[in-house]
Amino acid sequence: MSGHIVPKKTYYTIFLLLMVLLAVTVLIAYLDLDHATGIGGLNIIVALSIAFTKMMLVVLYFMHMKWSSKLTWVFGGASILWLAIMLVITLADYFSRGWVMFTNR
Amino acid sequence: MPGAANGVFEMPKVTYLNAQEGIKSWLLTGDHKRIAILYLISISIFFALGGVFASLIRIELLTPGPELDAEMYNRAFTAHGIVMVFMFLIPAIPAVLGNFLLPIMIGARDLAFPKVNLLSWYLYMIGGLLTLTAMLMGGVDTGWTFYTPYSTTYSQSYVFLTGLGIFIMGFSSITTGLNFVITTHKMRAPGMTWSRLPLFVWSQYATSLVMLLGTPVIAITVVLLAAERVFGVGIFNPNLGGDPVLFQHLFWFYSHPAVYIMILPAMGVISELIAAFSRRRVFGYSFVAFSSLAIAIFGFLVWGHHLFVSGQSAYAGIIFSLLSFIVAIPSAVKVFNWTTTLYKGSISYETPMLYALAFIGLFAIGGLTGLFCAALGLDVHITDTYFIIAHFHYVMVGSTVIAYLGGIHYWWPKMTGRSYPEFWGKLSAMLIYVGFNLTFFPQFILGYLGMPRRYHVYPPEYQVLNILSTAGASVLAVGFLMPVFYLLWSLKYGPIAGPNPWGAKGLEWETASPPPTFNFDATPIVTQEAYAYDAEADEAAYQAALQQDKR
Ligand SMILES: [Cu+2]
Repeated sequence: MSGHIVPKKTYYTIFLLLMVLLAVTVLIAYLDLDHATGIGGLNIIVALSIAFTKMMLVVLYFMHMKWSSKLTWVFGGASILWLAIMLVITLADYFSRGWVMFTNR
Repeated sequence: MPGAANGVFEMPKVTYLNAQEGIKSWLLTGDHKRIAILYLISISIFFALGGVFASLIRIELLTPGPELDAEMYNRAFTAHGIVMVFMFLIPAIPAVLGNFLLPIMIGARDLAFPKVNLLSWYLYMIGGLLTLTAMLMGGVDTGWTFYTPYSTTYSQSYVFLTGLGIFIMGFSSITTGLNFVITTHKMRAPGMTWSRLPLFVWSQYATSLVMLLGTPVIAITVVLLAAERVFGVGIFNPNLGGDPVLFQHLFWFYSHPAVYIMILPAMGVISELIAAFSRRRVFGYSFVAFSSLAIAIFGFLVWGHHLFVSGQSAYAGIIFSLLSFIVAIPSAVKVFNWTTTLYKGSISYETPMLYALAFIGLFAIGGLTGLFCAALGLDVHITDTYFIIAHFHYVMVGSTVIAYLGGIHYWWPKMTGRSYPEFWGKLSAMLIYVGFNLTFFPQFILGYLGMPRRYHVYPPEYQVLNILSTAGASVLAVGFLMPVFYLLWSLKYGPIAGPNPWGAKGLEWETASPPPTFNFDATPIVTQEAYAYDAEADEAAYQAALQQDKR
């Protein structure tokens, strides 16, 4: 079950990786990728991708998901699915607010 | 069973109650049964406190004019809401009955993490006392919903301290849920398969999932609220670039499922009571079990029905309305299965059964009026009126509190080893039923006529219905007070109950009352389901006895 022992070296490597990604996040924030490339919203996409990578590193190594049972994966996956439900349905409200549906004719 | 033959029982020598002695042995205990008792005492005190605030509200509304000033009234109904929701309804059934019964029902020695269980009680107490401190210092005037930007920008009351208390109590909820889920997966006795689990355990499991998936969201929402209120970070206030409706989305993402944290365990209690007092296997076991999971999951998709008039997009409103109707289906599945269980059952009307039957009727009213609120058009008329107040009190008091009391009476002999006086039990159950309906049914009419919630004054034509409501509240208060006296009386003078006073099935009735510290002398081996009642055999035996009498 929880018998897996992770060498300290792994933890330090992951920590270092997280710090590098943090630096990249800060750096990216100073660049205007949207204008430079002409792709709208690229800044946000890059920032969120880095954030997702950081989250996965924490979940897999610090929280030991990598060495956990399938059941633990189901629960871990469920929490991410629930986060997605919250974000997607909430945003569905914001994106559809401007739409006009009923006209008084 | 000692003494079973002549109907006289002896109290077991060593029980969880006297295995260790002294106040320290209670405050540092890891025994799930003792922690349940700690919760029972603290939750009862908070319930009484919430009741005092409810009385203030009902006294104010007895007459159309102001008795309390508006400021005071705002603080009274906010305190009533916060105490009842966060300090009573959410922890009540899981932390008291769930803590006590879940390990016993699955044949385990304790929960998976006894120390985490104790931690959850301390978190609950710390959070509760912080919230209480805020009330003593002057209270909060935002309503229990803390809507922004009022709560972050304009309110002059103790929003931060109250929020901190709720934040900490949230972790108590999360740790309890975590413990229950892991215990149900890992600690079941040999032979206790998922399809043999008592329905109470299924409902606790579903509740725990909601606690785990929902509570972190209210915690982070409170943190965001504090960030804006204390540090001026713009999240909800449009002047700072935020959006007030975002708060409502986040708040109700937790607080709608929180209704299921209250009602699912109540449904679990009712399944046990109906089976025990109609002496039948619950009809459609797997449907009742899986409807708990369905409610837990669908319950997360309907929060927007609280935002129909908040400026939410019409499209989102339509989807949320539809989904809210769908979540009624698994609830109805349960009600139909309980009624079908009663059919041809060998029914007896002890106190817990009175509560169970009251639950079915009151929950039907509470649930069906929920459909009124889910209807996009009609809801515009009844939003923020007394109709909503009546609706959710039928669900929260008429269902959750009723089931909680039914469960307390049913398992009281198991928890204490002694029986309560049946006459007084029945009398208080009936008083509560009458008092409850008299309090809240007039509020449906008041709301439909247009009386808004959260006002301390109202037009004189609403007074008759308000007087009825306050009169009902007085009857309800008497009904709630009676059990305090006769249950405490029974601790010393109640007849000794023996291991299985109701002749019920299920592992909790196979061990002593009160149980020993580790619940069973030897790990039980489960060979049959939790509801191996045989109504036909009971009936045959009864008829045979009648024949014998005639001769
Ligand atoms: Cu709701």
